[in-house]
Amino acid sequence: MTTTRELTLKTEPFVLNIGPVHPSTHGVYRMRCTLDGEVVVDIEPVFGYLHRGIEKLAEERTYTGFIPLTDRLDYISPMSNNLGYCMAVEKLAGIKVPERAEYIRVIMAELQRLANHCIAVGSMLNDAGAYFTPFMYTFRERERIVDLFDMVCGQRLTYNYMRIGGVSQDIPGEFLPALHKLVDRLTIFIEEYENLLKLNEILLARAKGVGILEKDTAINCGISGPVARASGIKWDIRRNDPYSIYDRFEFDIPTCENGDCYDRYRVRIEEMRQSLRILQQAMKQVPKGPVKADVPHLIRPPAGEAYAHIEAPKGELGYYIVSDNSIAPYRCHIRPTSLINLAALRQMVKGWKVADLIIIFGSIDITMGEVDR
Amino acid sequence: MAIFDSALIQPLAMQVTPPDWPGGYWWHWLFFTVAIIAFVLIMVMGAIYLERRGMGRMQSRLGPNRTGPFGLLQPVADAVKVLLKENIVPTTADKIVHWLAPVVAFAPVLVIFAVVPFQNGAMLADLNIGILYVVAVSSIATVGVFMAGWGSGNKYSLLGAMRNVAAVVSYEIPMVLAIVGVVIVSGSLSMNQIVTGQDIPYILVQPLGFLIFFIAACAEINRSPFDLMEADSELTAGFHTEYSGMKFAMFYLVEYAEAIAMSAIIATLFLSGWRGPWLPPWLWFIIKTFVVFFVMVWTRTTLPRVRIDQLMGLAWKFLFPLALINLFVTAIQVVVWPDISQWIFVIVNIAIAAVLILLWSKFFKLGQGRVEV
Amino acid sequence: MKFERYGIGIIKGMAVTIKHLLRHPTVTQFPDQRLNISRRSRGNELIWSREKCTGCATCAKTCPQGAIEIVTSTNMAENKYEVETYRVDTGYCIQCGLCVEACPYDALFMGYSYERAKYRRAELVQSNDELLESPSRPASGYFHPEIAETLPKQTLLVEKIVEKRKKK
Repeated sequence: MTTTRELTLKTEPFVLNIGPVHPSTHGVYRMRCTLDGEVVVDIEPVFGYLHRGIEKLAEERTYTGFIPLTDRLDYISPMSNNLGYCMAVEKLAGIKVPERAEYIRVIMAELQRLANHCIAVGSMLNDAGAYFTPFMYTFRERERIVDLFDMVCGQRLTYNYMRIGGVSQDIPGEFLPALHKLVDRLTIFIEEYENLLKLNEILLARAKGVGILEKDTAINCGISGPVARASGIKWDIRRNDPYSIYDRFEFDIPTCENGDCYDRYRVRIEEMRQSLRILQQAMKQVPKGPVKADVPHLIRPPAGEAYAHIEAPKGELGYYIVSDNSIAPYRCHIRPTSLINLAALRQMVKGWKVADLIIIFGSIDITMGEVDR
Repeated sequence: MAIFDSALIQPLAMQVTPPDWPGGYWWHWLFFTVAIIAFVLIMVMGAIYLERRGMGRMQSRLGPNRTGPFGLLQPVADAVKVLLKENIVPTTADKIVHWLAPVVAFAPVLVIFAVVPFQNGAMLADLNIGILYVVAVSSIATVGVFMAGWGSGNKYSLLGAMRNVAAVVSYEIPMVLAIVGVVIVSGSLSMNQIVTGQDIPYILVQPLGFLIFFIAACAEINRSPFDLMEADSELTAGFHTEYSGMKFAMFYLVEYAEAIAMSAIIATLFLSGWRGPWLPPWLWFIIKTFVVFFVMVWTRTTLPRVRIDQLMGLAWKFLFPLALINLFVTAIQVVVWPDISQWIFVIVNIAIAAVLILLWSKFFKLGQGRVEV
Repeated sequence: MKFERYGIGIIKGMAVTIKHLLRHPTVTQFPDQRLNISRRSRGNELIWSREKCTGCATCAKTCPQGAIEIVTSTNMAENKYEVETYRVDTGYCIQCGLCVEACPYDALFMGYSYERAKYRRAELVQSNDELLESPSRPASGYFHPEIAETLPKQTLLVEKIVEKRKKK
């Protein structure tokens, strides 16, 4: 599997700066790579270029007023961010969410997972060098998902849809039929997408066995989400610590053994299938009723603290909120998925080539808005 | 295009062997020099248009369609835009080398067309070692690319240039061996005579040779999946990262002119060049060139990029032995059974090619390439 | 003896791309072809109703960005507040729609129009009459279902593709 360099020429390492502005750093991430020829000897991640102090901003805003800012954290999947934050505040204030709102939330969160994995898979394959084709196909499908978000909340990127105690508005009448069509369409799409590159020899050569993340390393680094599941850790908060109404649905947690880039790709595709399964069950069961609990606009939760975590598309997303019985959080800490998933990047890329560095980095699926907050 | 009428060209072409020195020779030289430059520029524009539109449609987009009818003038608009751009030379660049590189890269590409027959005998110089000349000249462009990489004073450029040199040096060998197969069958090194002797297109007689030549040509001119030297997701733009304005336009032109040159050579060697029923020969030649180029566009749209060590491995472990075996088999066929119908060889060779590819696929191992550091 | 990885995956992938060549592209050419935007669209301009506004400033309190400025004075004769200035800095506005949600008198609406870019930064600050509803600045149905009913139905890309498939 590995070759030593004893027999080769004596070489000298040099430093290559990848980022902050680079086509495949997914934002403004910077890696100071020490390279020996093409081989990555060491990397030193540098981030913070997108730091906006969102945790501090939370202390300056009302509980509701912070929801639009959570959209800006992981801007690929704002619905999940909204959900995580609202759940933390609901836990703090002891609010019961109406049934219909729970179903709408689950539908939105799963659609968001589909949209996120569309981008994750597409951009990973784009990093592998498939010239924008997989990216275009997934973006086409994401566009259709985003269309439905647009219908319910009026915007395409920063949804700001969940509210403390429910969701902001009820879904319009044409939503569920459209969702039905979307689920059908996505099922066809995933099949076709699998044909495009699943067995492609070049992708196999590029991704299989590359950037292996060992199970132990993954656990020690606190890695969660599809990256951890690709390493064989069967950890999904929807199952292990069921929140909302996820205990009512039937779905599997896909895992793989090797923990290489290809497995991360496979896990994401499988998760998309499972999300479709959840959607199919959820849209049949949506009950009638109110979509928002009776919560005042300026909510004052009792003094205390609460931590709520959800299975965001990228992994475990947690919100820790301390309240001092005022209209604004005393402290809000966000457990960002992307930042913690990046923790093992150095172990993963050491010894691989520059080209592998890019695809490994792409396979982790990060959003800089969440890394730097 | 009445200028390509045989009445006009044939007398001129006939005078080439023996050349009517100095009289008609110079008219012939002037006419074909102008024709080749015009041909290359027009074909490059056609190629850019075909690539962008074709790729757009394959990615379920439209491609450029605003400039002129069907967007036909898009390459012109791009050329005008790029000519008006500022010429930026980095401070750390080696000014002279940086300036000279596009010229050195561009000249050999034009020179290749000197021996490409557009029609029976319609070529600038019917060299009796035409194909050898092509092999010798086509790799000079690499010098220009390496000059660009070195002269830019940029590590991305240098990495890209090093990759290109490595690729070209390796892929010359299988490429030449594949050509030798054709040369043995046709019994001539002259491009025109190879075409004249092609009663059955050599793609059928030499299926393996065609495959090897196509792959090696893709690698040599850095078309995807071997576009490592300008791998946009890894090295931003590879060797021409630091080029702008007219110099960048030159590199862009070189990229497509090389692709056209290789398509033309493949059309000549394997697709029976200008031969074909009903249509005039020069049109057949252009159609075949574009068909080959379209296959290149198609692969570029679909396939991910290979890694540098896989690129080398493919050349030395896969293409090189297969090319040798192909050469050996062809030699035996030509020497031992010189008189029997070539259609028997067509079937035999296709079977041999299939078996060899199947056998050699066993050597294709995954998950390699990690170096202990 | 099992043979694999001899190019079948590449051929499959290439079949997918060539199929797309023959399909209808899914893009919309924007300035010529326009899709209907969402009825609840949160466009980038706020629409304010002078008649309904009582000057309670709930919107200003709710705004997470502090983009709304409202100056009121007391009208002793009629015993009510009078709004002197209602100013929104749309440059600061993040179109979250919380003000519309919070307004107890339904005096605020999100804008339905788009392509409202300005040439000067100062033009982004809009106040009083500039904020009123007009034919060029229709109100959106965000939090106003009665307006949403009147707006054209949103073009859904999902429905578009399914219709095309059925035609085939």
